[in-house]
Amino acid sequence: MSFAFWIVAALTVAGGLAAVLLKNLVHCALAVTLAFLGLALMFLQLDAQFAGFAQILVYVGAVAILVVFAILLTRNAEVLAKGESVFSKTWLTGLIAAAAVFAVLGWAVLQSVRGLPNETAEPVVTVVEIGKALMWHYVLPLEILALLLTAATIGAVMVALHEKKEAK
Amino acid sequence: MTPLAGYLLLAALLFAIGLAGALTRRNAILVLIGIELMLNAANLNLIAFWRYGPHPEALTGMMFAIFSIAVAAAEAAVGLGLVIAIYRHAKTTDLDQMNRMKG
Amino acid sequence: MIQAGISITPLLPLHVSPITEMLWLIPALPIVAAGIAALLKQPRRKTSALLAIGSMLGSLFLSLVAFVYVATGVMQGAAIRETYNLTWFQAGAAQVDLGWVLDPLSAVMILMVSFVGLMIFVYSLGYMAEDENFTRFFCFLSLFAGAMLGVVISNSLLLLFMCWELVGLTSYLLIGFWYQKPSAAAAAKKAFMTTRVGDVFFLLGMVWLFAQTGTLLFYNHGVGSMEPLKLGALLATPSGLGLTAAGAIGLLIFAGAAGKSGQLPLHVWLPDAMEGPTPVSALIHAATMVAAGVYLIARVYPLMQAGSLVGGSTTALTVVTWVGAITAVFAALIAVAQNDIKRILAYSTVSQLGYMMAGLGLGGVAVGMFHLITHAFFKALLFMGAGSVIHGCHEEQDVRKMGGLWSQMPWTFGTYAIGMLALCGFPIVFSGFWSKDGILEAAKHWDLSKGPFYLLVFGALLTAFYMTRQVSYVFFGKWRGHGHAHESPGVMTRPLAVLAFFAVVLGAIGTPAWPWFRAFLNNQSVKLDWAGLGDLEFWTLAGTSSLVVFLGLGLGWWLYGNRPTDADAPDALEKALPPVWALLRDKFYVDELYGVTVIAFYAWWAKVADWLDRWVWGGAVIAVTRLFGGGAQLSRLMDTYWVNGGFDKGCEELSNSGGLLARVQSGRVQTYLRLLALAVVVLAAFLIWSSHP
Repeated sequence: MSFAFWIVAALTVAGGLAAVLLKNLVHCALAVTLAFLGLALMFLQLDAQFAGFAQILVYVGAVAILVVFAILLTRNAEVLAKGESVFSKTWLTGLIAAAAVFAVLGWAVLQSVRGLPNETAEPVVTVVEIGKALMWHYVLPLEILALLLTAATIGAVMVALHEKKEAK
Repeated sequence: MTPLAGYLLLAALLFAIGLAGALTRRNAILVLIGIELMLNAANLNLIAFWRYGPHPEALTGMMFAIFSIAVAAAEAAVGLGLVIAIYRHAKTTDLDQMNRMKG
Repeated sequence: MIQAGISITPLLPLHVSPITEMLWLIPALPIVAAGIAALLKQPRRKTSALLAIGSMLGSLFLSLVAFVYVATGVMQGAAIRETYNLTWFQAGAAQVDLGWVLDPLSAVMILMVSFVGLMIFVYSLGYMAEDENFTRFFCFLSLFAGAMLGVVISNSLLLLFMCWELVGLTSYLLIGFWYQKPSAAAAAKKAFMTTRVGDVFFLLGMVWLFAQTGTLLFYNHGVGSMEPLKLGALLATPSGLGLTAAGAIGLLIFAGAAGKSGQLPLHVWLPDAMEGPTPVSALIHAATMVAAGVYLIARVYPLMQAGSLVGGSTTALTVVTWVGAITAVFAALIAVAQNDIKRILAYSTVSQLGYMMAGLGLGGVAVGMFHLITHAFFKALLFMGAGSVIHGCHEEQDVRKMGGLWSQMPWTFGTYAIGMLALCGFPIVFSGFWSKDGILEAAKHWDLSKGPFYLLVFGALLTAFYMTRQVSYVFFGKWRGHGHAHESPGVMTRPLAVLAFFAVVLGAIGTPAWPWFRAFLNNQSVKLDWAGLGDLEFWTLAGTSSLVVFLGLGLGWWLYGNRPTDADAPDALEKALPPVWALLRDKFYVDELYGVTVIAFYAWWAKVADWLDRWVWGGAVIAVTRLFGGGAQLSRLMDTYWVNGGFDKGCEELSNSGGLLARVQSGRVQTYLRLLALAVVVLAAFLIWSSHP
């Protein structure tokens, strides 16, 4: 494993941990953005340049901003009493669940280490090929995705808008 | 440890972290953040398998990951819209207090 | 298979004259009259009287026709016994028949009953004129007359029994005619119950006879129960106590007759029956109903007589004789000490019935029946005379409060004297002498014992004595009553005269010179033969009995006649022998004995039956009810606690568990997610594990 991998990995993990552990919500949002960034670098390392840039465009550029907007819009609920924790009262169960999941996944991976391929040739992927693939092999999912995005947009607007009208 | 295994473990770790955050934090937005982390970990998994698996020229893994990103974005938008709507109605985003579905 | 209803299938009719075929009309006319009268309202007196008397006239006319037919037949030397039988129903192989018979015995009886009955009906017109229940009286009288005529012509023991019971019923109705009087109601009940005791034995005898012979008809062309074929079969069958079946059945039937005719153990009802109106006493308890028992024995005489070996008499007839003789003396003794005019006559009737029974046992059908016929006339006469006296003394019945009536009521006195002398057996002139002498003659010739003879002679003495006593008290001496006595109206005295005439004249048919009656009943003809009067033995006996009569009359006259007495003074005999008098006056305490034994037992038994009914049968019913009730309760409990409770508990558990499960639904999203994660872990582990090589 190359050095770059470990650095980026450490960055990503740190960002993720910070995102779930910090008290301040905005700090959490920024931390998760860092995690997103780290992941984009991972993608680049894996010769998936398009995916990496797409990650930056969508996640860092849109989702993170969206999260920050949401935080800003729900600011007043952040008032915490003294001594009250940001974690739920039954946080241990959640931790155990997550730990169990990690254990299973890790165990699965380590069990099958021998079966995993070692080194392969570097794939060359051009945007033209991605475009061709999208238009030919994956045109149906593409169209469905378009439909989904449209629905999601309309839905989000409707959900947020409706409340505002009723509140008045 | 093969590179693939390393990536996979990293993805598993990220997934677990995201899951832990989604399961333990009280704020609804942080649950969504956790979910985004989980999705991202899954994307990493996909790309890693594309790169080190057979037939990378088929672009299957890449495509899957791109579609996943798109869907995740849509889902994030709707989810945050819901959180805002709930916040307006219940005046709080504390999940511990949202137990109207209690059976 | 039982064919119900009357199917008129005459059994092998052989020369049945039209008179025999019409014989059923004789009882039917009065019964129909009674039926119509029953529907009338009380004020319609003329109609009911007309119906009764008219129907009796019709019956009398038909009886005369029948009698003439039989008499001419017998006089011409032919034996008349015609029957007309019907099958009533069949039950399997057994057949129950009814029918009627026309022979000398029944001819004589129907004539006597209808004639005396008619006399009494006419008499009742006057006697009951002031009674408000006039219509009801005549209705019952007609019913009685019809039933009695039915008894007399019946050829079937069953039909006889049915009419017998009907006679008993009408007797009850008539004794208790003035039912508002408690003593009358009690007397009626007593009469019914006492005769019932006798009737039970009668029924037993009847059933036994049917079982043994298969028929209840008396005469049926050779296969009737009184005919030699069946009698022979009965004789051959032994029963218990050394008797044959014939003897046993005869005794059972005699028990029934003893009840109806007031023989010794069952005589207690007759004196009390005097509670009824006097015409009732005259008709029923003097002339006819009580004679039904005697008639019954006469009718079944072949059975009683069957197999006479022991000294010329069978066991059954011996019993009949002794019971009759003892009753004759017993009742005569009690009659001596009675003060009620009708009661004296009642005991006299019991005594004379004893004579009749003894006559049947000692000398045969003719002897007993002759006395029955003569007794019917003079006893009816005496009772009606007594009724006239009571009427004239303004309903006074105590002889001590009468006296000197010979001048005030001459007609009554004259006819009463004739009747009294006939009863005593005053020689030659009066019929009673001839009939009683017939019995005494038979008693003298009885081989078994001379006991009955002496008893009957003593009875004759007593009869003369107490009748003289009664006549002295009533008609002679000073008037000891209240107000004035007056003679009765013609409608009452004229029947008395008619009966008095017959009380004298009837003797003629029983004299040895012309024993027409005896011969007639034996289906033979006889010529007038003055030589019969030359029998020395006969005159010896006649002399003896006359002597006895004169002795009795003289004794009575000496003690009672022409001695002035007061109403409250004790009787002459009472002064002489007080304890004997008390015993006689109190009827030998027979009623009290019955009260202590039979009645007490019956009352006790009724209590036992009540207890049984209440606690044992009732208890069983209650126990079953409680059982069912308990079962129902148990079922209810089970239902409430087990079924319902169980079901409720089950539902409760279900809802509890549902509640428990519902707790999983905390309503918090993160909980759901946790569970989801864990579930995925488990699934993944499982999958990996299973694919592990």
